[in-house]
Amino acid sequence: MPTVSSDLLDGVRAAGPLQLGIAPFGLVAGVAAVEQGLSVAHALGFSSLVFAGASQLAMIELLGADAPLAIVVGTAVVINLRTMMYSASIAPYFRDLTARAKALASYLLTDQAYAVSIARYGRDGETDRFAYYVGAGASLWFVWQVTTVAGALLGSGLPPEWGFDFAAPLVFLALLVPTLKDRASGASCLVGGLVATGVVVAGVPFHLDIIVAAVVGVLAGLGVESLGGDA
Amino acid sequence: MPTGYDSATVWLVIALAGVLTFAIRGSFIYLFGRIDDVPPTVESALEYVPAAVFAALVFPALLAPSGDLAVSVGNDKLVAGALAALAAWYTERVLATILVGMGALWVLRFVV
Repeated sequence: MPTVSSDLLDGVRAAGPLQLGIAPFGLVAGVAAVEQGLSVAHALGFSSLVFAGASQLAMIELLGADAPLAIVVGTAVVINLRTMMYSASIAPYFRDLTARAKALASYLLTDQAYAVSIARYGRDGETDRFAYYVGAGASLWFVWQVTTVAGALLGSGLPPEWGFDFAAPLVFLALLVPTLKDRASGASCLVGGLVATGVVVAGVPFHLDIIVAAVVGVLAGLGVESLGGDA
Repeated sequence: MPTGYDSATVWLVIALAGVLTFAIRGSFIYLFGRIDDVPPTVESALEYVPAAVFAALVFPALLAPSGDLAVSVGNDKLVAGALAALAAWYTERVLATILVGMGALWVLRFVV
């Protein structure tokens, strides 16, 4: 019989390789916060209260550009909508948890914690699922907090001509490429990316680019899917 | 560019985004038993959100880094981004993508 602690440690171990992606991402998010005039406390606030890297980074950039607050928060919601899929997919495994444990599970639900847990649940029915999930999720959480604070402490000392702000789109690029699974998602990418660029170049006010691009890009994906291009 | 918002406003954004993000993540974990499955149309739409959203965060930064369209080899971010995209494709690693992209940018800026 597997014990609770061994499943927890298995979760920590499974998340290990993913920490190599989380750590630089966290550093970038911390550096970006300070570069946009936010404090180290703000950076830690984003990491602990929101705990969603891509949306944190996007919000920090929008705050730096003085975008309207509704756009800042609305963009974060759009970016985090994908976790609703994870929530639906993992919910059956968490159905018997207490309300408090469900709250912890919801708080820790990231791309990475979801991916390692759902893979394990599919392979092994004996696992203490919650322990394994908390092992993965909490260790990812810990590395994220430490690296964003480290990035924020480091951030103000970086020379601007080195262009560290370019690390943010590179992180998004690393998140984008694995989502390109078929023609329909390729269409979402191409249309979403070009529409966002068009909105930026046209100088449309209020930084609506991500929200508009998400809507049009998703419609493009659905269009290609309905044409049978989802090969 | 440093933000023009004051500290309290930034905290308000953090709190709002935190609550909404938690609600999205908790949605089906809490609703399970009442709504067991996402409606198929919603599921299909959600499937395309990551590609559209991440592309919207990447394309303008490469194609129009200063707000104007700049599709040329003189745009160092576009060239570095294209090389980083290859790294992302072949390694699927965040670290490798950042290292290749930043490395290429620095070579283009300080060496070439």
